[in-house]
Amino acid sequence: MDLFSFRKPKNELESPSDQQQNVPFVPDEMWIKCPKCNTMLLTTDMEENLRVCTRCNHHFRMNAKQRIAMLADENSFDEYDADMESKNILDFPGYDQKLEKARAKGSKESVMCGKCKMGGIEVVLCAMDPDFMMGSMGTVTGEKITRAFEYATEKKLPVVVCTVSGGARMQEGILSLMQMAKTSGAVKRHSDAGLLYITVLTDPTTGGVTASFAMEGDIILAEPDTLVAFAGPRVIEQTMRQKLPKDFQTSEFVMQKGFVDAVVSRDSLKDTLVKLLKIHGCGVGEAK
Amino acid sequence: MTAFEKVLAARDARKLTAVDFIANMFGDSFIELHGDRRFSDDKAVVSGLAMLYDMPVTVIGLEKGRNTKERMERNFGQAHPEGYRKALRLMKQAEKFHRPVLCLVDTSGAYCGIGAEERGQGLAIAENIMEMMTLKTPILTILIGEGGSGGALALAVADEVWMLENSVYSVISPEGCASILWKDSSKAAEAAEALKMTAQDLFKLGVIERIIRQPKAEDKAMFESLKLLVSRTFEKNLSMTDEELTNARYNRFRKIGNNL
Repeated sequence: MDLFSFRKPKNELESPSDQQQNVPFVPDEMWIKCPKCNTMLLTTDMEENLRVCTRCNHHFRMNAKQRIAMLADENSFDEYDADMESKNILDFPGYDQKLEKARAKGSKESVMCGKCKMGGIEVVLCAMDPDFMMGSMGTVTGEKITRAFEYATEKKLPVVVCTVSGGARMQEGILSLMQMAKTSGAVKRHSDAGLLYITVLTDPTTGGVTASFAMEGDIILAEPDTLVAFAGPRVIEQTMRQKLPKDFQTSEFVMQKGFVDAVVSRDSLKDTLVKLLKIHGCGVGEAK
Repeated sequence: MTAFEKVLAARDARKLTAVDFIANMFGDSFIELHGDRRFSDDKAVVSGLAMLYDMPVTVIGLEKGRNTKERMERNFGQAHPEGYRKALRLMKQAEKFHRPVLCLVDTSGAYCGIGAEERGQGLAIAENIMEMMTLKTPILTILIGEGGSGGALALAVADEVWMLENSVYSVISPEGCASILWKDSSKAAEAAEALKMTAQDLFKLGVIERIIRQPKAEDKAMFESLKLLVSRTFEKNLSMTDEELTNARYNRFRKIGNNL
């Protein structure tokens, strides 16, 4: 018997055949590390907890589908313009490949829009998607949001938009900038019709989206610890060459400065939205 | 000229700024009005009232300054939220008295800084865009140099947008675009080409209505014809009903990218 077998060289212990026999197989995606408190979380626990860290309440990003599943009543979401896809209108170098890569992650565009029920109340819901070019606003994004507002104005429905965006999509040049004006115009018409618009700012909400429909809600909610900015912290640090104050541009900071109505944790977000819809008389007189 | 040469021409410190345009177009009739009545007076925005022939108008310009001292004072034409709020205050005033608004845009962008963020730069721009869309008086915007992103758009939701032949208008600076996309700001010239940001490109894309010849100092004939053009446009738009006017403005932006 080999008395010193426990001293087997490390590389032998870790040989693939050994591993396959003795070590239980742990798939990479089974665990996820919370970027805020560094706790290792079981992915299933985190998902079940609305993608929120069970230890420190850090809110992980949600893609559009997850957001809709969380906010819309079950099976009530009816998507609009699902097939509308971005094109490389300006023939911008590398944009086609970028779009292909983004689509490969499973989302078709940086926003999903549709009609749904929230606590039984009919609402137009738009959810931006961090998985698609970090929610950047291109022509299709602007067009889908504009159509959603125009539809809501026609049908006299409230609108809830969950924002997450790195800003305007520079590969579409001036056309993406124009989407800020286009969407704002549709928001204004919806507002002038006396209808309710609630925005939910989620991490990150920046640039051209902040400087248009994200800040135009009657009520502006934000998830905790969300970056809310026009110019992001890196841009400011580069231009100012100075350190930024602690917690600068977090949703809590922006609320303290007076630009957000309330910071709402994900676990009470849907209830808060439903409450607000009811206070505004939404859903009254609708067929149950 | 290449696209990047146009960018450099648009930034040329020797070219005419908003105050030069105001002096040449309105002379002594211009009365400057200061402040946003909320926080302060942002000198990156120069605004006031003037007579265009016998028509009272509101004029709002983004002013870069003509020498180093002025440029410091004017913050290089980069407005803070209070600058955009001053502009909106004067636009609302113009709406009340039903006089047309002329905006002159020359900025590399809205100011990026701690104070600007703390006072809601995003909201200030968003509010201007939203309110201008339904302002019940004619608005005309002329880009007379750089049109930098949201900071320019906040004064460019107009019935018509015109550009000087050597001006540019873009969602991002070519340097910024090159450094984000290609991690190399020295590729700015390529980015300028790709972004389609010259007056000629924008005209082709249907984003602007007119290209104006580049004026030189004391170019009386040029400014006279510009005045005539502006006043004709205002007269035409003043003859529309409020609904016709704001519908036309809405559709001007609505059509951009609806053919997908």
